[in-house]
Order: sequence, then structure tokens, then C-alpha cells
Amino acid sequence: MDDLRDLYQEVILDHGKNPRNFRHPEDANRHAEGDNPLCGDRLTVYLKMGHNGLVEDVAFEGRGCAISMASASMMTEIVAGKTEQEARALFRRFHDFVTGREEIGEADNDDLEKLIVLAGVKQFPMRVKCATLAWHTMTAAMDGQDAVTTE
Amino acid sequence: MSAVLAELRTGNAPFDVERVRADFPILSRQVHGRPLVYLDSAASAQKPRQVIEAESRVYESEYANVHRGVHYLSQVATEKFEATRTRIAAFINAPDENEVVFTRGASEAINLVAFSYVAHFLKEGDEILISELEHHSNIVPWQLAAQRCGAVIRAIPICDDGQIDMAAYAELLGPRTRLVAITGQSNALGIVPPLERIIPMAHDAGARVLVDGCQAITHRPVDVQAMGCDFFVFSGHKIYGPTGVGALWGRAELLEAMPPWQGGGEMIARVGIEKSTYKGIPHRFEAGTPAIAQVIALKDALDYVDALGLDAIADHEAMLLDHALRRLSEMDGVTIVGTNPAKASIVSFLLDGIHPHDIGTIVDREGVAVRVGHHCAQPVMARYDIAATVRASFGLYNTLAEVDALIASLEKTREIFA
Repeated sequence: MDDLRDLYQEVILDHGKNPRNFRHPEDANRHAEGDNPLCGDRLTVYLKMGHNGLVEDVAFEGRGCAISMASASMMTEIVAGKTEQEARALFRRFHDFVTGREEIGEADNDDLEKLIVLAGVKQFPMRVKCATLAWHTMTAAMDGQDAVTTE
Repeated sequence: MSAVLAELRTGNAPFDVERVRADFPILSRQVHGRPLVYLDSAASAQKPRQVIEAESRVYESEYANVHRGVHYLSQVATEKFEATRTRIAAFINAPDENEVVFTRGASEAINLVAFSYVAHFLKEGDEILISELEHHSNIVPWQLAAQRCGAVIRAIPICDDGQIDMAAYAELLGPRTRLVAITGQSNALGIVPPLERIIPMAHDAGARVLVDGCQAITHRPVDVQAMGCDFFVFSGHKIYGPTGVGALWGRAELLEAMPPWQGGGEMIARVGIEKSTYKGIPHRFEAGTPAIAQVIALKDALDYVDALGLDAIADHEAMLLDHALRRLSEMDGVTIVGTNPAKASIVSFLLDGIHPHDIGTIVDREGVAVRVGHHCAQPVMARYDIAATVRASFGLYNTLAEVDALIASLEKTREIFA
């Protein structure tokens, strides 16, 4: 049960039920669809990229489990206002956290600190893809790809 | 033979699920510190000791390649291998054991028909009818074959309750319909289509019928002659047998007209550098060394199921399904997907506000194994505009207490999401 409470913390349940930035911005200039064929979950990440690689707006739509919705929701809150490079770097660190490559105690900035609530997925290897789907999709949108799949 | 099987054969015992469970070693293990509650038999069934022992017995004392050697072991292995073919023919009441072709599973069996029958005999504009209920394995092979021959695939819609829309089916059947490929039981919803009406209607329209029997064969007696279909496929692993083996049954006159689909050893009569001639059926369709030990042990699985009796198994599973449907309907916020009463051993459902994947993870920590997702039946999910369901599927070893454990684990899921 402890593992489950770690996975389904209040913050995650809240973001999962009331995802932030769950919308389609009309002025988005990049988007990509993310697909998890294993579960049929699908989401679209929209980006409004400004000059100098600044993420001026980031939002998403779609459906998925509490983990994928919460991760997408938190991602939009954290990434807005960052540069593309900062966002990519953050995903790399986050990815290392949820796959257990980096220890949780090493979170050394506020953004990673917020994402630590998602680190519980590393006890549930089948669910790591849920936690990273939105991030992979955002990266694909930045790369100019239309679609990405977790398989 | 175990004591329970011996007793059942003499008709002296009721269906004693606890004694059946004792035949399945894996059911005594724990998962996450809890007793395993295995409710995923529709994906793959667990194996009784009789099957496990049969497979190792082959390797320990009966193993050699089949249909090749003159030496003793090769003859033993060949006889045992062919005995499974005879056993399958009896199990599905096929008129001739040579109509039974071994494949890697039902998917390969369908692919065989797609390439050797559909791609070969159908022409541009001919129609293949499938249904919205189908598993991807009974969709994608037809698409691949249709691309080759120019045939068109049409889907029979299902009604809100998950049953085949028979009026729409009647409309779709036409002079261009050449094949109807339909499941004997939906793996995603458990719905049992009325094959006794579907098959004669197809024949009246001049079409052949393939039945995907993967689920159906584990839950009720199959008689291909009474059913009247032209092809029937199933997988061994879903009927408590080994993985890597399945079978195609087809009418001899159809199989004999079909060209080989894979070339290799075992399927040939005579090979030259530029041209070869092929064996007759069924060997013409069995290129290469087959899954010998698995084929042989499949006979033990069929023997096991037959000794318990499919009617008795069906009654037991119906009791489990009734109990599950009743307990689920007593919970708030549960939606059953596929409510038609013609249903067996499978219940697919949703819990308000909680995604199936989250449910699957949480109940797993209670030791309860269910399938969550689209169940390789995305058209079914699309029909209901959902991405996934939770599916509990029952086998001959499940108990009422396990249904209750599922319900308790769902209540725990509710608490976490409260």
C-alpha cells in the first residue's frame, strides 16, 4: 500500500482530476500527438514557441490515466516561460528520476522538486511510459514531428 | 491422471473447483505478498500440472524431430505429434483429421487463410465481412490480404449492448461477399454472436465463413460440422495448453485448393532447384520443424478440459460471471460495457472517474490480475468512444471468493481516489 500511496499522492490525483492548461491554444505554432499503444491513451501537446526558443505557451488535450494526465498537467505549468533547451534538459533529468537512474535526493532545483511526486512510478515499471508520454510528445513537437509513440 | 479427473470421468463428483485448483501449481503462489487472483485467462490461461509434465516428458523421453527419421524416437515423436491432430479433430468434431493444420496460434492460422485463400481466390471488389467485435488478429490479416487482391473489407456494426447488429449484417451481405470472418466470442466484451444464424445467412449469400474460436473453444463444446463454418481457428495457450501452438481447421475441399503459403522442409513432396511439388493437406501448410513438445502437450490440455467437461466448465464460469455482474452492479459508478445477455466468462467495465490503467495497477497490488487497455480490439473501444476498459475473465479454476477479492480491490481503488 505504501508504494501505491507514493504513486497516487494527493498532488497527482488533483492534477489528474483537474488538469491545468487542458486546452487548444489558437496561436500554437507547434503540436504533436503522443500515443501509448499499450493502453490506447492519446494526447496532443500544443506549443507556442517564441523568438529565441522561448516556450511562451504550452497546453495539452487528450485522455489517459491519472499518471499521464498529472504528468502532462505539471509539465505545462513548469515548462511555460522556459527556453526549449531548458525544457529538454529538465525532461532528461526527470526521465532519469522516473527510471531510477538518478536518486531522488539529488533534486537540486525547484522544478525537479515539484516533479518528485511522480518518482513513485519507478516502483511500477509498466507505468513509466504514462509519466513520460507528455514529455516525449512535447519533445516531438519541438523537433517538428507530428506524432510520437511510446513503443 | 489426477484423482479428481478420475472421479469426474466416472461422473461421481460435482465440479470441485478446489481440487481443480490443486492441478495448477501457479495458483498457489503469491503476488505482492497476496494470494494470486488470476482473472486474465482470456489473455492466456494458466497450465495444469498435466500439461507442464507432458511437455517435460517429451523432452525427457520422447523427443526427436517429426516426420523425418526412421529411428525409434522419431517414430515415437511423430506418433505423439499426430495423435494431437487426431485429438483436435475429435475435440471440434472435424470429419477428417487431415483437415487440421498446426500453426503457431490462431493469428497464424488466420494469416494462412488470408494469404492462401483470400489473396489467392478473391478478386478486385470482392468483399470480406468482419465485425466490430473482432480482435486485431481477425482484422489485420484481412487488410494485408485485401491489399494484395483488391478486395474490400466491410465491418458489421454492433448494437449498444455489444451484440452483432443482425439487420445491418443482412444489409451488408451481398453478391460480392466472399468471406465472413467472425469471432465465436468477443475477447473484449465476452459477447457471443449468434453463429447459428450468422453462418447460414453467409452461406445463403454464397460466402465462406471463418470463425475465430480463441475464446469460444474454452467455454463451450465446439462442433464444426453442426456449426457449419468453413474455417475454424484457435490457440492452444488459451485452452490451458502450451504457447506457440494453435490450429486451423478447414474443409478439405477448400484446403486442397489452396496453395502453400510458407515454403520449407516437411511441406514438400519433391524439390528441384527451379521447381518443387508439395505434399497433400495438412502437411503442405506446415513448413519447417513445428513446436513439437507443445503440440504433443496440447493433447493433454484437451484431455484435461474434456475430462472436466466443457458443459460443467461452462456452468461453473456462468456462476462466476453472474456473481461478478451482480457484485459490480451493486457498486456505484460501475458501467458494464457489453450488456447483451449472450455473454460468457468475461466482464468488461469502467469505474467512474478512474482510468482503467490506474485500476489495474492498484488491484495488482492486492494480488488481482486483470487486463486493462483496449484488449487488442480497438474498433470495440472506438464504438463506445473509450480508450480502455478493465476486463476480468474467468477460467475453470476461478472461485466466487476470487470475484469477491476483485470487488474488494476495486473498493480499495475507490478509497485511494476518493
